[in-house]
Amino acid sequence: MKEGRNDFKRGEKLGKISAEPTWKDLGTGFIVDDPGNSKEYKTGDWRSSRPVVDKSKCISCGVCYIFCPDMAIVKTEDGFFEADLYYCKGCGICAHECFTQCITMVAEEE
Amino acid sequence: MEPLNVYATRLVTRKEYFVSGHKACQGCAEALAVRLVAKALGKNTVVATATGCMEVVSSAYPHTSWDVPWIHVAFENAAAVASGVEAGYKALIRKGKMEEKNTTFLAMGGDGATSDIGLQSLSGALERGHDFLYVCYDNEAYMNTGIQRSSSTPYGASTTTSPAGALHKGQLTWKKNMAAIAVAHEIPYVATACPSYPMDLIQKVEKAAKMKGPAYVHILSVCPTGWRIPTEKAIWIGRLAVETGVFPLYEVTNGKYKISLESELRPVEEYLKPQGRFRHLTPEMIVEIQEKVTADYNKLKAKTTA
Amino acid sequence: MGKRIGIEVSIAAADAIAMANVDVVAAYPITPQTHIVEHLAELVAEGELDAEFVPVESEHSAMSVACGSSAAGARTFTCTSSQGLALMNEIVFIAASMKLPIVMILANRSLSGPISIWNDHSDVMSVRDCGWIQVFVENGQEVFDHVMFAFKVAENKKVSLPVIINMDGFALTHMIEPIEYWEQEEVNQYLPDFEPVSRLHPDKPISMGAFGMPNNFTEVKKAQDQALRDSKPEIIKAWKELAELKGKEYKPVETYQTEDAEIVFMAMGSFNETLSLAIDEMREAGQKVGLVKIRLWRPFPLDEIEEAVKGVKQVIVIDRAISFGGPGGPVASEIRSALYGQENAPGITNYICGLAGRDVTIKDFIKIYEESKAKLHDRVRQDEYIIYGVRE
Repeated sequence: MKEGRNDFKRGEKLGKISAEPTWKDLGTGFIVDDPGNSKEYKTGDWRSSRPVVDKSKCISCGVCYIFCPDMAIVKTEDGFFEADLYYCKGCGICAHECFTQCITMVAEEE
Repeated sequence: MEPLNVYATRLVTRKEYFVSGHKACQGCAEALAVRLVAKALGKNTVVATATGCMEVVSSAYPHTSWDVPWIHVAFENAAAVASGVEAGYKALIRKGKMEEKNTTFLAMGGDGATSDIGLQSLSGALERGHDFLYVCYDNEAYMNTGIQRSSSTPYGASTTTSPAGALHKGQLTWKKNMAAIAVAHEIPYVATACPSYPMDLIQKVEKAAKMKGPAYVHILSVCPTGWRIPTEKAIWIGRLAVETGVFPLYEVTNGKYKISLESELRPVEEYLKPQGRFRHLTPEMIVEIQEKVTADYNKLKAKTTA
Repeated sequence: MGKRIGIEVSIAAADAIAMANVDVVAAYPITPQTHIVEHLAELVAEGELDAEFVPVESEHSAMSVACGSSAAGARTFTCTSSQGLALMNEIVFIAASMKLPIVMILANRSLSGPISIWNDHSDVMSVRDCGWIQVFVENGQEVFDHVMFAFKVAENKKVSLPVIINMDGFALTHMIEPIEYWEQEEVNQYLPDFEPVSRLHPDKPISMGAFGMPNNFTEVKKAQDQALRDSKPEIIKAWKELAELKGKEYKPVETYQTEDAEIVFMAMGSFNETLSLAIDEMREAGQKVGLVKIRLWRPFPLDEIEEAVKGVKQVIVIDRAISFGGPGGPVASEIRSALYGQENAPGITNYICGLAGRDVTIKDFIKIYEESKAKLHDRVRQDEYIIYGVRE
């Protein structure tokens, strides 16, 4: 399972803006000028089970993609859809909605 | 394109303007609704959000899940803030200080922020005719503060301020019809939508944004946490809400009604039974609900031919 | 040099705002500021002012619209009094925290209850801690001049804070006074175009109004406090530039006949006009009395106040609002705390007068002077305040 997406370096620590700024860093008011930087935040730690795809049944319809509330389903190079485990919260919507029922929620071991 | 019969996810842009890393609960259909709205509107949008789940999960400093300009001021004034942004742009463009780029102005708020505390500022903005879109993501309670009732909480639902007890069995009043209130302001476009029907939602938001003048879209946002359902059933329950007629999908374009999904209604019990917040409903209450849902749906149908 | 015309101060204020080329006006009627927004509406309807006039459905929405439009980069104005200010209270605090350079004229009017439309300072005192720059003006000319000043200071990139111009309701708003309008070239020279530090624009997306946590809130507030403090030099600079342009120099604290005064009055707003005449009369009668006028209320001008009362034996602080159960009226309790510990600090007495527009005449001020002077060698309690003229 491929983790992460192409436009974001995994393991990169907090980006331009610190969560604990000094008061001098806050000159412009409480503004976040790094759009979409919540991508740094690993919501993948939340889950207790993860979606596993049986590619032999997958028809690449993209229903799992469109229904993910966390934008955590990504299209792979071979044209199938997979969960980005950095973000996937394990809600199970993709498994429930999949047309061919090719996704199974598997309990996380740790 | 017949939006409801085709899952043409390939026709939907891959770009996300509401990005991953937000702190919504697992299975939050409200986050999904916001995602789809953001996709429908694209880059050329300015968003004003009210205090609530979506504001809190998307903007905990130093993070923001928004890849478009976004502002949050307070709880009851998303519509007023959006009116201000729209007025500011209008003046600056007319005075030649800014280029006209047909930016969409979006105001978003939950059901509490829209039908309760923000009703006045919404009404004012609709009456003044600002060219903006108001989206209400309705999860039928004040979810961010821990599931308290709002005027959008349906009859019989158990919340912390309308709990099911020995004497009172949940919410005592019927859900406020916000879409009807919007229609009463005689604005060009009003619609109801649900992320369980993603193509329909996207098309309606695109249409609303293109309309000149105010537009209002009311989106039923399933909240597994507050409705007490398993997280994976969020989309399924939303679909049942529509299929049972509890939340009919329709549009009102310049006063003309059009139901988006016409079908024989399934019994409301199928929708109510799976939800923990309705667990205590008596058979009498279910009958009451069924009668109201059927009557309201027929009233809606009558409006389409009027 | 413009022409001096006799005109209602509200109309002149609105004309000044129009000359400042405001972009958005958020308007809601409330006595006694209504004439200002009415005249602005007229100017827009006649095509004389190119602005978006937004007739909101409440003052809360007025300040919300102002926040939105200022965040969009538009020059923004709104106007209110009393209950309107109370209704928009939460957004007033938020506007300052978001560093949005909104200009607001506050036509000072008594806060309810009981409901009263007449002039006192209880409304502005309710937002003492809101974080806005706050100035007081005492006559029509000052209102006109301070409109230009307010936009200049608020939109100054080093400041970027909203400004309240306090003008007494009815006592100023409805008076016809001789006012010299600026020439448009003078306005253009003094007041540059608004270029916001940050704005909401799709080309450069930002998120404004993020959610604060315990681990960063203190820093945000310190930054906000420091920003208000740091605005003082820019305020003084803006007044100096105004002096170079128009010849009238405004200061954070202005004094009248205090050079050899033993006792001085201290007040804000239109009372200072009456007090100046009372001082003249008392001086003629040989009294060594003067007047200290506080013009800059926030940021608090401690240095200038200390300087103004050096060598004075007693300060009579005139308040136009009550702080119920408090250690004095709002201004007096701040002055007492400001001068506490100063070497040879003057004694301070506090008179609260003019509530809800009750007239305070020269005779009244002379009476207050005599009463206060009699206590010159007494030890006045630090929490004493006398509600002047109350019928027992």
